[in-house]
Amino acid sequence: MKTLITNINLINFNKEEKCDIIINNDKIEKIGKNLKTEKYDKIIEGEGKIAFPGLFDIHCHLRDPGFEYKEDIESGSKSAAKGGFTSVLAMPNTSPVADNKTVIDYIYKKIKDKAVIRVYQSGAISKGLKGEELAEMGEMQKSGIIAVTDDGKPVSDPSLMKKALVYANMLGLPVISHAEDLSLVDGGCMNEGFMSTYLGLRGTNRAAEEAMTARDIIIAKNTNTPVHITHVSTRGAVEIIREFKKQGVKVTADTCPHYFSLTDKMCEGFNTNAKMNPPLREDDDLEAIIEGLKDGTIDMIGTDHAPHHIDEKNCEFDKALNGIIGFETAFPVAYHYLHKNKGMSLSEIIKLMSYTPHRFFNLEGGEIKEGAVCDLVIASVDNEYEYKKEDVVSKSKNSPYFGFKFEAKIENVFVDGIDVLEEI
Amino acid sequence: MKFPKDLLGIKDLSADQINEILKTAGIMKEIIVKNNKKTPHLQGKTVITLFYENSTRTRLSFELASKYLSANAANVAVASSSVAKGESLIDTARTIDMMGNDALVIRHQSAGAPHLVAANVNASVINAGDGMNEHPTQALLDAYTMIEKKGKLEGLKVAIVGDVLHSRVARSNIYLLNKFGAEVTLCAPSTLLPVEIERLNVKAYTDVEKAIKGADVVMGLRMQLERQKKGLFPSIDEYSDLFGVNEERIKLAKEDAIILHPGPVNRGVEITSGIYGHERSFIDEQVLNGVAVRMAILYLLTRKGQGEDK
Repeated sequence: MKTLITNINLINFNKEEKCDIIINNDKIEKIGKNLKTEKYDKIIEGEGKIAFPGLFDIHCHLRDPGFEYKEDIESGSKSAAKGGFTSVLAMPNTSPVADNKTVIDYIYKKIKDKAVIRVYQSGAISKGLKGEELAEMGEMQKSGIIAVTDDGKPVSDPSLMKKALVYANMLGLPVISHAEDLSLVDGGCMNEGFMSTYLGLRGTNRAAEEAMTARDIIIAKNTNTPVHITHVSTRGAVEIIREFKKQGVKVTADTCPHYFSLTDKMCEGFNTNAKMNPPLREDDDLEAIIEGLKDGTIDMIGTDHAPHHIDEKNCEFDKALNGIIGFETAFPVAYHYLHKNKGMSLSEIIKLMSYTPHRFFNLEGGEIKEGAVCDLVIASVDNEYEYKKEDVVSKSKNSPYFGFKFEAKIENVFVDGIDVLEEI
Repeated sequence: MKFPKDLLGIKDLSADQINEILKTAGIMKEIIVKNNKKTPHLQGKTVITLFYENSTRTRLSFELASKYLSANAANVAVASSSVAKGESLIDTARTIDMMGNDALVIRHQSAGAPHLVAANVNASVINAGDGMNEHPTQALLDAYTMIEKKGKLEGLKVAIVGDVLHSRVARSNIYLLNKFGAEVTLCAPSTLLPVEIERLNVKAYTDVEKAIKGADVVMGLRMQLERQKKGLFPSIDEYSDLFGVNEERIKLAKEDAIILHPGPVNRGVEITSGIYGHERSFIDEQVLNGVAVRMAILYLLTRKGQGEDK
């Protein structure tokens, strides 16, 4: 099977070029000009479109096993594909928790049977996400985990976090820190600021995120281990990470599209689809997140795709579960808010969403080059459209972006040279 | 004048609508003080109170307001209802709605709960207090009392002293008084002032004497004793020493200043017994006015033709 893509704007992390691309079975065979010389099984007209390496999401919840009514590996991987992701890393807060080899084996078997893209699983840092004892990271690694995290919960005990960083470093497993001081959260259900005062909702001070961010980086610094801070949302956290990076500490970080596109004003009217953890912050934080993305303080963009059933959102704001779906809007949001509004180049966005996460986990991909495996995405970018609930592929529909206008629309997603969107 | 289907907060009301409610309350008050407390304004209508939090005066005043207006009044005892079996708020509210209800009076510990209910039922929803958000009927009865004693709201200096952070009464009063050109000053320990509250066009103090100085109205707020256990201030003694409104401090207010409190009062904490019983304290009158205001609201919201152009 040979496919030719003509006259497309190819975006790699280090350059943009107008070219033709030949896909031969599962490989990128050739990149160049005027390649329309032989017969192809399929030709894709690339004029007005962009091509880029498949996106990698470092942070998502596929809810499988245990919460299949929200999402499962099949529906979640399809939703990811719809958003241009060819690889994702699933968080371990499943039921049972992905904290042992047996659960990891089950998940990878289901991935093999049902996933339409490359799905990787992370393991828990602590047994049962309880923050008391280390989970069997080494055993889980043999079963295929590529990182450990207690995401959804912080590792509150600093001593356990220190042991986790040192032990995981021995195994070469990245540790992903959900940085949140629960004592400072103190029942907060949105950002503490004017909006929480105005809505009469309990707010969480930024210190809850920033104190824990600083703590984890300080432990990493003093044990000479790497740490990854996930879903960074405040100016203070960006500044802390920037400062320690300057000192040479092995800290990396990601943020999510909602932290550079939305603020806590979205909570107006007790909108539970604007409720997530960390909470939406304010304009100043949003600007700081974008500065952090531009200057390399923040290395990656993850989605924190967090599907929830309608009944878990159509309720009192303080009772509603945290999180929003994010796969299908991630690239359109990045395109609109970073490229169009803030002038970031598409190469920079692809670096954040594809190249760097692939390198971070030492996985193939993240670059479109001759001879590489064909994980490639094609998107149209010229026509504005409205994002609608009917378009959602995920089982859950908890998005704050319905009614928003975007330009980037994912059209083809090749995984191992096969366009998986054709079946979705 | 048209009213929306629901009364969810002062935020959503215009000054004209508030004036209409207060004017109607005046008429209703005459009914309450009569020997025969019965008028047919709500004959054939049903009013149900659904309270997820404890209440004496608000719930009872809504219930009596309904009865004085000849409505069928019923109360859901939340603790012994299906709520205790885990029924969701929306399901409980819809169940009540299906029984032929016209007005649902709801108090809930979650801010926004009445808004959620309003979007899911046909009855008029009246917010009787939601979390730390609003308590609109309290602000309306406070305004009624202030106008009764002071003639008008415009230009009044109103000092609100107490646990502002957790107070929906304070918030609703701020929104209402702002609409009429009154000047609001707040006073609380720094741990009990909401962040950026000044953006609501109020002055915030941590010195009670500064806050009270020159006030036309001094309003105490209830200090829930469990706040001390949560570490928000060191002791009740220290609180009342630093922030309590007492006979000495009230002298800083204008000579004819009036004293209000939404109740229930912790005597000797936020205000002394002497202040409660002060000749210019109208805390008991507020209770009476509360019934009148709630009668007015029930009547205005359930009249034919209301809520259609919401």
